[in-house]
Amino acid sequence: MTEIPEHLLRRSAEARARATGAPAAGEGEAPAAAQPDDDDGVTIPRSLLEASQQPGGAPAVAGMAPAGGPAAAGGGVATALPPLMAGPAGNTHRLLTVVKSGSIQDVKASPGDKVHVWPHLLAAEFTAALFITAFTLVFSLFINAPLLELANHNETPNPSKAPWYFLGLQELLTMFDPMIAGVTIPGVALILLAFAPYVDKNPSLRPEDRKFAISVQTIHLMFWAVLVIIGSFFRGQGFNFTYPWDTGLHGIFHL
Amino acid sequence: MANTLESPDTKPKLPQRLQNAQQQAADWMQDSQFWTSIFRPGSIFRKGYTDSPRNRSYVIMNSVLYHLHPVKVKRHAVKVSYTLCLGGLSFFLFILLTITGIFLMFFYRPTDTAAWADIESLHTQVAFGLLVRNMHRWAAHLMVITVFLHMARVFYHGAYKAPREFNWVVGVMLLQLTLLLAFTGYLLPWDQLALWAVTVGTNMMGFTPVFGEQVRFVLLGGQQIGAETLLRWYVLHVLMLPFVIVIFMAIHFWRVRKDGGISGPL
Repeated sequence: MTEIPEHLLRRSAEARARATGAPAAGEGEAPAAAQPDDDDGVTIPRSLLEASQQPGGAPAVAGMAPAGGPAAAGGGVATALPPLMAGPAGNTHRLLTVVKSGSIQDVKASPGDKVHVWPHLLAAEFTAALFITAFTLVFSLFINAPLLELANHNETPNPSKAPWYFLGLQELLTMFDPMIAGVTIPGVALILLAFAPYVDKNPSLRPEDRKFAISVQTIHLMFWAVLVIIGSFFRGQGFNFTYPWDTGLHGIFHL
Repeated sequence: MANTLESPDTKPKLPQRLQNAQQQAADWMQDSQFWTSIFRPGSIFRKGYTDSPRNRSYVIMNSVLYHLHPVKVKRHAVKVSYTLCLGGLSFFLFILLTITGIFLMFFYRPTDTAAWADIESLHTQVAFGLLVRNMHRWAAHLMVITVFLHMARVFYHGAYKAPREFNWVVGVMLLQLTLLLAFTGYLLPWDQLALWAVTVGTNMMGFTPVFGEQVRFVLLGGQQIGAETLLRWYVLHVLMLPFVIVIFMAIHFWRVRKDGGISGPL
């Protein structure tokens, strides 16, 4: 309820007094007098029921907004101009029923902690897109993509390396039989990776409950990362082991 | 001093008048049928857009973004420290690669006699040719890294667990498709690096039992890498694999929403 100036309240009370024929002085006390304490939480409070049945809306209005204090009398402002379709006592509203909150309203138990995609998510995505574009652009301004001599079937470069993301496989081929290094190990790794959700039955998301899964995956990822790093930087002429700080990266590492 | 005071009938100064004219033009544009037909109600480009919860919802609901994003997401889902934006970055790098790749296609012929020279002249004859090729190359390497890191992130959050099992499988497919796209693109410059990297890579493929040799033969268009290989890998790289990966991405993004948004918090 908004604050209503004193003189307007007084004027509305006088206007209502003229309309109802009751003394204006009684209006100010009505809100305080009608504090309902018969609300048992199940049935409609008796005071409200009675108020809705008797003419003169003022007690009903006060009953509906007991916390309104003096401003509750603002309900009388509407009667400053007696309306055409007014009831016998000049009241324009009648309280039909009072419905307890929760009885027919569908209040969701947990609305959840959600935020709008615009702007919260879109702004972050847009920033990320700008950032990655800027990074790629600046990187490309300074570092050129390699273009060696024209392809020549008769001249095998030494060493010959696969693209870096396959160097783990190439590295495995130096250690094991092709059937194991090229087929069994990557095949099993890939199938296990794809079927991880069906193998890992542990429903918990908490890291402390998933020590085994996290350990296995970390070892798995590190396995490939270490192989790729060795294949990229530690394999020189003839794919023999070398240290990059001895031979330099020239000729042994390409992107 | 008195004559410097503004009198009410003084005309506005030029910058003010320019600003007014600009405002009038903008109002006229935003009121036009043309403008309102493009930007549906709730668009931030509509006249009188105000920041309210209702309009925030409309921004998504009344735009094509509704195909990708819901109106609201869980609060933790927008935390960059949770996702590191890796999935989104992978997708954005794919778009960047598509744009730069289309540019490169204008200047490239996938034949063993023309390919290398086309790249060479792209470097020297075409405006921004070298820059765009650099961006395509580095974005490709970057995408392999972001897709890999995205996979790791999802694993460590346990996000592959029910109900997201199948989306994880789709994601592993996407990882492989990304590697295949990168690998097929590797051959196209037709230089020594491309030829021998792909030779090593496809030799490994030949070890696959039962059908390894056959697959290798079909992919190379012969026993060893040649002009047919270049054409096949070009078509794979610019058409077939992008087509397949877009379908898988559509399913992947759709399932993210259908499975209840991203997982977590931990």
